This record gives sequence, structure tokens and C-alpha cells, in this order.
Amino acid sequence: MINIFEVAETNQMIEKENLDVRTITLGISLLDCVDSDLEKLKKNIYGKIYEASKDLVKAGEKISRDFGIPIVNKRISVTPIALVGGVACKSKEDFASIAETLDEVAHKVGVNFIGGYSALVSKGMTSADRLLIESIPLALSSTERVCSSVNLGSTKTGINMDAVKLMGEIILQTAEYTKKDDSLGCAKLVVFCNAPDDNPFMAGAFHGVTENDKVINVGVSGPGVVKTALSKVRGENFEVLCETIKKTAFKVTRVGQLVAQEASKMLGVPFGIVDLSLAPTPAIGDSVADILCEIGLEYAGAPGTTAALALLNDQVKKGGVMASSYVGGLSGAFIPVSEDQGMIDAVTAGALTLEKLEAMTCVCSVGLDMIAVPGDTKASTISGMIADEMAIGMVNQKTTAVRVIPVIGKGVGETVEFGGLLGYAPIMPVNRFSCEAFVNRGGRIPAPIHSFKN
Amino acid sequence: MKKTIITVVGKDTVGIIAKVCTYLAQNSINILDISQTIVQGYFNMMMIVDMNRTEKHFGEIVDELNSLGEEIGVIIKCQKEEIFDKMHRI
Repeated sequence: MINIFEVAETNQMIEKENLDVRTITLGISLLDCVDSDLEKLKKNIYGKIYEASKDLVKAGEKISRDFGIPIVNKRISVTPIALVGGVACKSKEDFASIAETLDEVAHKVGVNFIGGYSALVSKGMTSADRLLIESIPLALSSTERVCSSVNLGSTKTGINMDAVKLMGEIILQTAEYTKKDDSLGCAKLVVFCNAPDDNPFMAGAFHGVTENDKVINVGVSGPGVVKTALSKVRGENFEVLCETIKKTAFKVTRVGQLVAQEASKMLGVPFGIVDLSLAPTPAIGDSVADILCEIGLEYAGAPGTTAALALLNDQVKKGGVMASSYVGGLSGAFIPVSEDQGMIDAVTAGALTLEKLEAMTCVCSVGLDMIAVPGDTKASTISGMIADEMAIGMVNQKTTAVRVIPVIGKGVGETVEFGGLLGYAPIMPVNRFSCEAFVNRGGRIPAPIHSFKN
Repeated sequence: MKKTIITVVGKDTVGIIAKVCTYLAQNSINILDISQTIVQGYFNMMMIVDMNRTEKHFGEIVDELNSLGEEIGVIIKCQKEEIFDKMHRI
């Protein structure tokens, strides 16, 4: 039987170390909503999402109360809209009006984000894909809760450099369209290489075409729990360090598995995956950078950071895999800058640069995330950053992403405040040398040799 | 049988157990196990209870125990057992 020490340990994790379930994300397929009439399509979309998710928030609250564990976000992901709206949408405005429908239903059912305003263009772009991408600035500036993502490459297909070039321009345009809110639109826009179909985390969540009609995916979090556990083994060798991370990750993931099963039962929707990521928040003590410091670095970004992150990421996966029957999504350590107080401190202290962050993305679960750069950064430079990140993902057969925010009207040394879970960030300097001729070549980069495994 | 864990943490004072147990008895909640320690002057108690016979909803019990805790000056949490089981047992 459970004893008082085990109960106290769990409750200590929840109360003092910020253990929480970061998100329950309900994935909904919109493929059966397709219609050539735009108004009918929007009505179908609204109806299907509302019907599927009207009890989502209530279910989340009930689970949270039953087990005494906070469930921070309830969210929805849908089929990439480029696939759903292709027949009905003839202009950018048509696509953006679907975003408004998504926003409306998100408000109605009480979720804080809805993801899936997306296009999958890793090899080529259809005209619908291109229209959707071109409509992103308008869609993100006219909605509050819609998140957008674009998959630009994969290990199997290579990198679509035409789309990479276009996305550099689109990110800058989105920043311009939302400049009165410090270019907040870009915080809801992410580009991927090897995007997973079942990622529950925003901004990159969408409901893949290989998924069920509806599915529940859960993202757990607990950087504070790992940090506290590690503070008890200071000075011990790597074996002890790794074992401690693994055991802690196991415990954290078990909670996610429990919540996922309960939510699945309550909503009558199949359980998809648990994403066992360490996702930080701006709250003190909820930081991945702090774990790196606990492992033995003065600041995140110091020499040794990439090795420490590699070890952390791997142990989190090893501990989590046995704790859940299905693991998926991104699963690993997230290193968003603005959402992690330790990262912000490291940037402010001059310990962490964009180049070091890029190196870190080779071994963490995602990529360049929530990084504020000067508003006068050129579109081709952003495309260059994206291309670098996509190449890392493609060659290493992992998911990589870029979510940078060129803050219009601000420069290096200034700070930008996004509020809430998105946090705040010091604006980081970007390499000022040009890559324009490279980006302008056009076409695609072929898949690497090790992708031919057939 | 689904079990529930009730934890009480706070500054030690006279009658904490009495008040909590009275509330549980009034609501037909059966106590299966109880353990208690004092850590650095703080009262720490854990009860394993069976709520099958109570007529109230789980949420209601949680709220009422919360306000009882406020009255006594301690924190009372009420959670279903699975979260601890899942975390600490393979």
C-alpha cells in the first residue's frame, strides 16, 4: 500500500516543483468537412470541432481535481488547413476566414490555442499550400488563438528551399502585421523539418492525416522536479546523474499516462500518445536551463552545454519510454528562450548566443525556439537560419523547428514582453553577413544518402 | 474498490484528527489506514479512505475538506489513489 513518504513526495513535486500536465490536446480530423462552398466548409468545421470538444475543458478540470494535479492547458489540433480548404479557398482572404472560424470555436469551447493552420510542403507546394502560407500574416494578425506551422523538409524528401525562402518573407511580414503587439504573431508560427503528426505542443500541433478521426495526446512537464532530484546528487558521477534523471522522468511520465487514459475514457476518444517533454515556463524553478546549471554549468551556453543537454534529453526519453504505453510527439527537452528564466539569464549574461543555441538543437527535441531577433533582420537571413536548422533535422533524422520573432522597431539590447506562458526575451544579435545568393537559388536540397533504406 | 488519499499538512494544534474524522464520519467515508508524523513542528497526516458509500460528489468533498482545512489552519488535500500508485508502483 502507498505510504506517507510516497504521498508526500508526489505532493511536493506538484506544490513546490511545478509538476504539471502541460497540455491535453484533442486532435480532430477535418477531412470529412471538406466542401467546395466556403461558407458550408466553415460551418462544417465549426460544427465538428464544437461537437468534439465541448466537454474538453470540463473533462480537464475534473481530472485535475480528482488527482490534485494542475492541467495547465486544454488545446485542439486539426488537420492541416491547406488540405481542408484547398477546394473552397480561392484567395488569401478565403483562407484567413477559416482561421477566424477556428478562433471563434476556440473561444466558444474555452481552449487557449488551436493548432493546424498548417501546410505540409516538405517536397513541393500545391497552389492551396502556397495560398495558405501567403495568408498566414493576415490569419495570425486577425485571430488570437490560432497557431500556424509549416513543414519544410524531411529526411525522406530533402528540404524545399522555395518554401524556406518564402517562409523567411512570411515570418517578417507576420512580424510587421502584428507590430503593435511586439510582433506577437511570430510566436504562434513555427516551421519544421520532420514534423510529427501527433505533437500536442503549440505552436506546432496539427492533426496528421495518418491519425484517427479524433485522438487525445498529452504533454507532461516537470523541469523543476528533475532539478530538485539532481540537487540531491551534486558531485556524484555521470552514472548516478543519469539514473536520477531517468527515474524522475519515469515518475513524471506516469502522471501523463494516467491523465491521458482518464481523458480518453471521459471523452470517449482514443488515447494517442504521451509526449514526455521537459517544457519550461517563465515561472521561477520551471527551467530547463537550471537543470543544465545543476548538472554543472555556470550558465546554459557555457562549454559543455551541448553534452549536458544531450545526456538530459536521452535520459528523459529512456525514463519516459517505459512509463507510457505510447510515446510520441517531440519527446525530449525544449529550449525556448523567452519561456525559460534560466535561458533569459544566460542570454543577458552573454553566455548564450544564437550559434550555441543552434548547436544545442542538434541534441534536444526541437530547435531554435522563441528567440527574439532585431526587427530589421533581412528575410533572406531568416531563411538562412531556417535552412541551417532544417539541415540539422534532415541529416540527423530528427524533428527540428524554428520559431524566431523579428521584433519590429526593436534592436539588440532591448527586451520584448509577450506575456503569460510565452514570457519575455532579450533581443539577440544575428550574424550580419548575407546569405541572399544562397537562398535565392530556388528548388530543393535532395534527401541525404542515408535516407535510402528501402 | 477505488480508494482516496487525504493528506493534512500544517502547524500542529489540538483536535486536527478529531475534526477531520468527524467530517468523514458524517459523510459515511470509511477510514482504511491512517499514519501521522510531526516533521519540524509540522503536522503531517495521510489517510487512505473508501468513499463508496458517501452520497456527495468527489468535487464537493474536495471543496468541503478545503474549507474545513482553512477553518483549522491546515491544508487538506483529497486525491484519488491512482496518481500515487502510478507514480510509485510499476
